[in-house]
Amino acid sequence: MIQLEGVHKHFGQLHVLKGINLNVNTGEKMVVIGPSGSGKSTLIRCMNLLEKPSSGKVIVDGVEITAPKAPVAKVRQSVAMVFQQFNLYPHKTVLENLTLAPILIKGVSKAEAEESGMAFLDRVGLKAKANVYPSQLSGGQQQRVAIARALNMKPRIMLFDEPTSALDPEMIQEVLDVMVDLAHEGITMVVVTHEMGFARQVADRVVFMDEGQILEQGTPAHFFSNPSHERTKLFLSKILR
Amino acid sequence: MTGPFAWFKWQALFRDWHIFAEGFGNTLLASVLALALALALGIIFGVLGSTHQKVFKLFSRIYVEIIQNTPLVIQVFFLYNGLPHLGVMLPVLSVGVFGVGIYHGAYIAEVVRAGIQSIHRGQMEAALSQGFSFWGAMRHVILPQAARVVLPPLTNQAVSLIKNTSVLAMIAGGDLMYHADSWSAENIYYGPAYVTVGVLYLILCFPLAQFARYLERKTEVSA
Ligand SMILES: Nc1ncnc2c1ncn2[C@@H]1O[C@H](COP(=O)(O)OP(=O)(O)OP(=O)(O)O)[C@@H](O)[C@H]1O
Ligand SMILES: [Mg+2]
Repeated sequence: MIQLEGVHKHFGQLHVLKGINLNVNTGEKMVVIGPSGSGKSTLIRCMNLLEKPSSGKVIVDGVEITAPKAPVAKVRQSVAMVFQQFNLYPHKTVLENLTLAPILIKGVSKAEAEESGMAFLDRVGLKAKANVYPSQLSGGQQQRVAIARALNMKPRIMLFDEPTSALDPEMIQEVLDVMVDLAHEGITMVVVTHEMGFARQVADRVVFMDEGQILEQGTPAHFFSNPSHERTKLFLSKILR
Repeated sequence: MTGPFAWFKWQALFRDWHIFAEGFGNTLLASVLALALALALGIIFGVLGSTHQKVFKLFSRIYVEIIQNTPLVIQVFFLYNGLPHLGVMLPVLSVGVFGVGIYHGAYIAEVVRAGIQSIHRGQMEAALSQGFSFWGAMRHVILPQAARVVLPPLTNQAVSLIKNTSVLAMIAGGDLMYHADSWSAENIYYGPAYVTVGVLYLILCFPLAQFARYLERKTEVSA
């Protein structure tokens, strides 16, 4: 579903991704972990070309989006992203946040976009907030709206970049619950997170990144019981403490 | 008594009121058209200036610097005398509209650029990630948010723009200032003529300036 082939990324002198090869299978739940600065965000942002690789290929649903003149915007319609900072549109109401892109980009009718939007809001438990502005919501609520906004595009792939890292501890679970619920639906998910409980619960594969490389990958069972690399062990011992 | 503001001079002015009315109408028309042009240029060059594309940035920079660092009068004379050489014959009023529009477009471009840059980059990223094109994201996500920041300085630009349409007088543009000038050159009743146009400009500009202040206060409160 997503293939990365020999992806390198430089920021000036900084070599952030050092030849990444990775396949995300259809329906797979992939969790990406690793120390701060290891390139997790850069990696996931290469998957929808918010970050353009310096070299290498990114292929999404059979379309090489790194090719010149690739239909990037078109591909992005089916690859939704949820950000650490939510990035809801503050000048739009919650429901408008959900319907803006479906109406303008996908050409869905307003009535239809609103109907499915309300259904997704209901699903994340925020139907009652449809007509308020994002600034009136708590962080956890905003992130749930962001997930509903992503869902209302009816994506085939969902990318999450540390969706709970900007949240107060008491709000993390409400967002994770929504994500676990989603994971049981068969949508393809790539999640950068430090929430090991989530990884254990839903991941088909855990990928450990270190200094711009994929150091180790495997099932959660493998990862949490007998990781093979010293650095993986060290990282896990810190995070699972 | 024949002071500069003698009563009979005012009477003459009231008798010829339609001359001033025509000038006022032309000034209003030129202002509206120039403002539309300035806004269009300002948004285009403001957006270009806010991108990370070096060529676009440079392009926008050149426009802004050339226009901001040369006098408006020279730019208008340049258009007035230069365009006919290029085979472009325009009515004088439109020369004024272009001159003033292009001039204020450069200032508005800077205002718009600052406004766009005040919006968190996550907004553009969210819109792009949903499949918006760059211009679509600008139009539906970035500019509506920037507008709130930009509206007060923009209104101030509109005030200067209205006043600056008076350069039309220098190229016989038929605006308010021109009519006041030519009317009083004939009968040397400068006093009432200039007071009257001053008041007329004030009528146009003062409410706008007040509106700008109101907007400034409002954005301060909500910020
Ligand atoms: N736009 C950029 N310009 C320059 N350097 C960047 C940019 N984005 C990221 N970097 C650098 O690239 C490296 C990897 O960043 P990245 O955000 O991918 O790490 P990460 O694994 O997501 O870290 P974290 O857990 O802190 O989010 C870091 O050193 C970061 O400073
Ligand atoms: Mg990151």
